[in-house]
Amino acid sequence: MNARLLAAATGSWLVLWLPPIRHTLESDMVLHMAVQVPLLIMLGVLVAVVARDREPRWLADADWLGIPGIVAVVLGTSFWMLPRALDQAVSDPWADLIKFLSLPLLVGVPLGLSWRRMPPLGRAFIWANFIPKLGAIGGLYLGAPTRLCAYYRLDQQELAGWTLIAIAVALGMTWFFAAFVGWTPSCAKQSPRRSGGFLIAAVGGN
Amino acid sequence: MTRGFPVLLAFVLSIGIGTLAFETDGFRVVTSAGARQLSIERAPQGVPDAQLVDQDGTPFTLADYKGRPVLIDFIYTRCPTICTALGDDFARLRQLMGGTRAHAAIDLLSISFDPTDNRAALRLYGDRFGAKAPRWRIAAAADQRARAALLHSFGVVVIPDGLGGFIHNDAVYVVDAQGRLARILDSDAPDRLLAAAVQVAAP
Repeated sequence: MNARLLAAATGSWLVLWLPPIRHTLESDMVLHMAVQVPLLIMLGVLVAVVARDREPRWLADADWLGIPGIVAVVLGTSFWMLPRALDQAVSDPWADLIKFLSLPLLVGVPLGLSWRRMPPLGRAFIWANFIPKLGAIGGLYLGAPTRLCAYYRLDQQELAGWTLIAIAVALGMTWFFAAFVGWTPSCAKQSPRRSGGFLIAAVGGN
Repeated sequence: MTRGFPVLLAFVLSIGIGTLAFETDGFRVVTSAGARQLSIERAPQGVPDAQLVDQDGTPFTLADYKGRPVLIDFIYTRCPTICTALGDDFARLRQLMGGTRAHAAIDLLSISFDPTDNRAALRLYGDRFGAKAPRWRIAAAADQRARAALLHSFGVVVIPDGLGGFIHNDAVYVVDAQGRLARILDSDAPDRLLAAAVQVAAP
């Protein structure tokens, strides 16, 4: 089971790396930021969930309350939101390989390992930071009069801005209902096995 | 909490923030254009000796400008937007020049990156803005290799606009009297552009 999931993750990684698929996903700013990057992170989360039992003891101890791990996630995602970094990934295959390795291994794996160690309030803090940040970056993209990425058109940049805002609104609404109406999204439920989305459950569940 | 916690946290923070600082040149730039502007300002670099042909059919290279600073923009003659603005800027610059000796010593050069721009197209574009060689050349690379070398060396990225045209950098490149790319200026109000160019090109 575990070996099969690991093989599936590696296989998906290789499929995403195939030039036709890679170039298609990177030809558009929205596909690059809102599809390829999250998929690469999710592959890392999947690996972390599968290999969780093999996590070295010292790492589990040093990652107190998941703090170092979530710091890695925040810094890693910030890096790959820089327009310069996206440009380099598009124009230089080596930079793209660094992206393909760092997003699963330095963002996805820490996310999968550290999230369950974080206290509920810590998770809420991360969400409460992440959602407005997403919206603010979307607003920056919309408001920028010039192109930020040399390889993407201004209309793609605007669409990317709207997409980020849409994701922020969707996440914000979800958590609004979770916090005030009492409806709990599957990723916050206590037993991940019963909820639908395996990956999301793995991130959110205990 | 174990003793490993502060070590791991310090490790993650230093590597992460160090990488972010490296990528943003010390938190000063977030775009590749900005990074390139900064690196050229710090260390001017040589330009390729690529063969060009101007609107009169005269062949020349950038080395021919040695001793005279030159302002360069990259265009294509069918361009309805940026290049028209760049052409207007250069035309206005031409008018502002001629005052002092420093101004008179500066040449203008518009390089087309569109392989379909023939001499007639270059001449038509030049006539639109009153450009006359050799003080303001409208030129195209002699061949594909020269074009690639120029675009690469100046850091110009050209992408299709989806409507049959191109989208490209709209900066003005200052090559100083020593023949080095010394500054990349945002295309701006011509008088400010001229002041900046004079300062860089003929101090």
